[in-house]
Amino acid sequence: MKAAIVVFPGSNRDRDAARALRLAGASVSSVWHSEHELPHGTDLVVLPGGFSYGDYLRCGAIAGRAAVMDAVRAHAAGGGLVLGICNGFQILCESGLLPGVLMRNANLRFICHWQHLLVERTDTAFTNRYQSGQAIQVCVAHGEGNYFADADTVRRLEAENRVAFRYCDPDGNITADANRNGSLNSIAGIYSEKLNVLGLMPHPENLVDPLVGGIDGRGMFESLTGSLAKAA
Amino acid sequence: MIRNDVPITPELVKEHGLKADEYERFLALIGREPTLTELGIVSAMWNEHCSYKSSRIHLRTLPTSAPWVIQGPGENAGVIDIGDGLACVFKMESHNHPSFIEPYQGAATGVGGILRDVFTMGARPIAALNSLRFGSPAHPKTRHLVAGVVAGIGGYGNSFGVPTVGGAVGFHERYDGNILVNAMAVGLARKDAIFYAAAAGVGNPIVYLGSKTGRDGIHGATMASAEFDDASAEKRPTVQVGDPFAEKLLLEACLELMKSGAVIAIQDMGAAGLTCSAVEMGAKGNLGVELDLDKVPTREEGMTAYEMMLSESQERMLMVLKPGMEAEAQDIFRKWGLDFAVIGKTTDTLRFVVKHRGEVVADLPIKELGDEAPVYDRPHLANTFQPVIPPESVAAPVSNAEALKRLAGSPDLCSKRWVWEQYDHLILGNTVQTPGGDAAIVRVEDGPKGLALTTDVTPRYCEADPVEGGRQAVAEAWRNITAVGGKPLAVTDNLNFASPERPEAMGQLVGCIRGIGEACRALDFPVVSGNVSLYNETNGRGILPTPTIGGVGVLDDTRRHATLAFKREGDAILLVGETRGWLGQSVYLRDICGREEGAPPPVDLEAERRNGDFVRHLIHSGLADTVHDCSDGGLGVALAEMAMAGGIGAVMPECPVALPCHAFLFGEDQGRYVIAVDPDAAPDILYSAASKGIPVAIIGMTGADSLTLPGEEAISVAELRQAHEAWLPEYMAAEPA
Repeated sequence: MKAAIVVFPGSNRDRDAARALRLAGASVSSVWHSEHELPHGTDLVVLPGGFSYGDYLRCGAIAGRAAVMDAVRAHAAGGGLVLGICNGFQILCESGLLPGVLMRNANLRFICHWQHLLVERTDTAFTNRYQSGQAIQVCVAHGEGNYFADADTVRRLEAENRVAFRYCDPDGNITADANRNGSLNSIAGIYSEKLNVLGLMPHPENLVDPLVGGIDGRGMFESLTGSLAKAA
Repeated sequence: MIRNDVPITPELVKEHGLKADEYERFLALIGREPTLTELGIVSAMWNEHCSYKSSRIHLRTLPTSAPWVIQGPGENAGVIDIGDGLACVFKMESHNHPSFIEPYQGAATGVGGILRDVFTMGARPIAALNSLRFGSPAHPKTRHLVAGVVAGIGGYGNSFGVPTVGGAVGFHERYDGNILVNAMAVGLARKDAIFYAAAAGVGNPIVYLGSKTGRDGIHGATMASAEFDDASAEKRPTVQVGDPFAEKLLLEACLELMKSGAVIAIQDMGAAGLTCSAVEMGAKGNLGVELDLDKVPTREEGMTAYEMMLSESQERMLMVLKPGMEAEAQDIFRKWGLDFAVIGKTTDTLRFVVKHRGEVVADLPIKELGDEAPVYDRPHLANTFQPVIPPESVAAPVSNAEALKRLAGSPDLCSKRWVWEQYDHLILGNTVQTPGGDAAIVRVEDGPKGLALTTDVTPRYCEADPVEGGRQAVAEAWRNITAVGGKPLAVTDNLNFASPERPEAMGQLVGCIRGIGEACRALDFPVVSGNVSLYNETNGRGILPTPTIGGVGVLDDTRRHATLAFKREGDAILLVGETRGWLGQSVYLRDICGREEGAPPPVDLEAERRNGDFVRHLIHSGLADTVHDCSDGGLGVALAEMAMAGGIGAVMPECPVALPCHAFLFGEDQGRYVIAVDPDAAPDILYSAASKGIPVAIIGMTGADSLTLPGEEAISVAELRQAHEAWLPEYMAAEPA
């Protein structure tokens, strides 16, 4: 599988994503933000975490309009896979590839901690290695991860089963305490209509190593490489 | 002869922080009246912050070498060999005064400055730590300062993309008007690709890189070397504003440029900006430097030479490039959207010449400005000592369990989760031991090697006995690294003291340095970098002497490490080291009995080493994976922390030595560790310890969900945890009184 990681000025989890992808068997290249094309044969585009362009405007707002994003939108329109993590999720929302916005965390502070996520469905290219209803451990590290969308949009996301992950406790219960950034319906990640674009705030790429928090994040990257191996 | 439009009056000299005799020395040096720009330059170079004039002769006594030391003090950061062709580059630095005046930006730029020191040497930062000291929680400004400093450290480090993995937070009324913000950065480089500040070669281009120069932070270094008074808050314009995004770009651009082979020398622009960086590069390389300020990228119109030379605008670098490689270097910097300008050249004159609008505005001897700045042997008083407090003389609490709960929920010993959750401590995916342990562990790349990192100092010990306090700070750093399984290699020291012009404060500095030197020598733990912050006092009242020690150790195999959490029920709990029930200067005496007094616990450096080597061996041989050092709050607090971290209780049936039980539980005797091991392995461990003369005793067993102290009712781990976790969030959420 060929993965392309888009590097914006200020991206800072690009190396983490590359490591997780390589571990799952992907070949990884990086694409500078001013490029107009993706590398030939790209299967998966990753928008990594970080503070693109310093995030001095709204998070992801400038990156959503970067030159490379036209190519990313075209890739998605053609059914190609796109994964946006943290700042990448914010960029996907700002670029029109996913609905909704990420607001300041409910406590108005940056928070970094281990977090459990409920895997809502396991029939997508991103999650087919997980069990239905599984609570996976990941980590979060963000100041603006509070997912919000208007009522119609949220109804549609729920009706179309496009919520990918929800914040939960270690036993998989969706509780207010487990939803520390205050996201609507405890939403941690969502899919596009065709399920080929996933945006999520938490970092599965930092949970790929038994020494560093555990390996629950591997499932996502192995799902992706496995899906593409099957398709090829 | 260069013109001077501004007459240099004694008032002007005083405003620049130069003493009359220093100014006389300067006049004799240049043989004429200086220009205003020259006065600004010399005031920046000869102030305490840049010249270490009060501390230098004492710092020279510290041990700075070992076979694994690649670069000791004097460069942007220290460098040690960690094997496999890799080097660890690290340093700690204070940003105390700016953080008191403007906590968010002061702390943020402190982090930015120390990160720059590390990547200036060619290292990619892989971890950040900090040590924070605030005033009394009851002081009206404390809440605001905690909130701002923590947000500032997080705001900079998180965006830059370095995990903030450890540190310390303490409160004491002696920091009421003068908080301490000490930031440490740790980077990784190839041993054969370290970059230094010393310029080389005559006629080589001097290049300005990074952000533009503005009017921010002018005279920041002078402010950092002045005492505070009530009007200090008016100095806000001298605080710089940080831009972590620009710094991230600067990091990537610098590392890319270094790979290209174009860099001869590099120096970041920190305190005293362009002045200090240019002078240091020239002085260290025994070369002159000529600058043309018309070429400096500026953010504002009409900046004077004086302003440009003293601006402390952040995220800037100075480099000496190989001639002919300017275009290649410029392309890299343009790609990252950063400024790049050739602003001068190296010369063979040993003069520091600055031109602006076609005129020479400064022409000074570079060596005397830089490494030959004035040095003082300031008068210092011998330290006074406090009496040893016998354990029998200290009242027992009504209940040890109740006292323990109070300590676990006290400002100094409570959980600092509220703080470190605001720091991204997991980015880069190598944080094996997160904040809350004895030392942080970050794996080096894909392992198995790792680094153990910690910051330590116990200011109340240093106040009571500077030499012993200095020894203890080093010993505790060494012990914390050992407790996670690391082999301690070297330290960076950040010496925060009051005015060196007061002999008793100077005596504290001298005493602490002596203690640090003794401990570093005894433990083979040399000082490779550091920073001195003096004049930490407000309205004539000094801070507690606070020589913060940042320790670095290596783990050859990160998989063989220990954490403090109890992991299994039924483990035997062993106490390593001798317990005499030392309550003088203990947290128990201060927070439970309301007495801040007595001699601090002595550090037996031979026993320290013996005990530590023994514990490390147990970890490496797989016999112990649960280890915690005994420090503030003694054995009792150590047991509580191990129980809370693991969610498993413990039973301690009796006090195994003939001491009052509260002295056994809360005494702060040094050189001790608590370990939990398989009970079947315990006899061999005891035997082995006995053969080496190391006191080890079985004191209890892990199990259930509560902690049972001798002769008392059990206290549930959940209740302890509630007290431990609640204090800081509740304090920060409360309205100021």
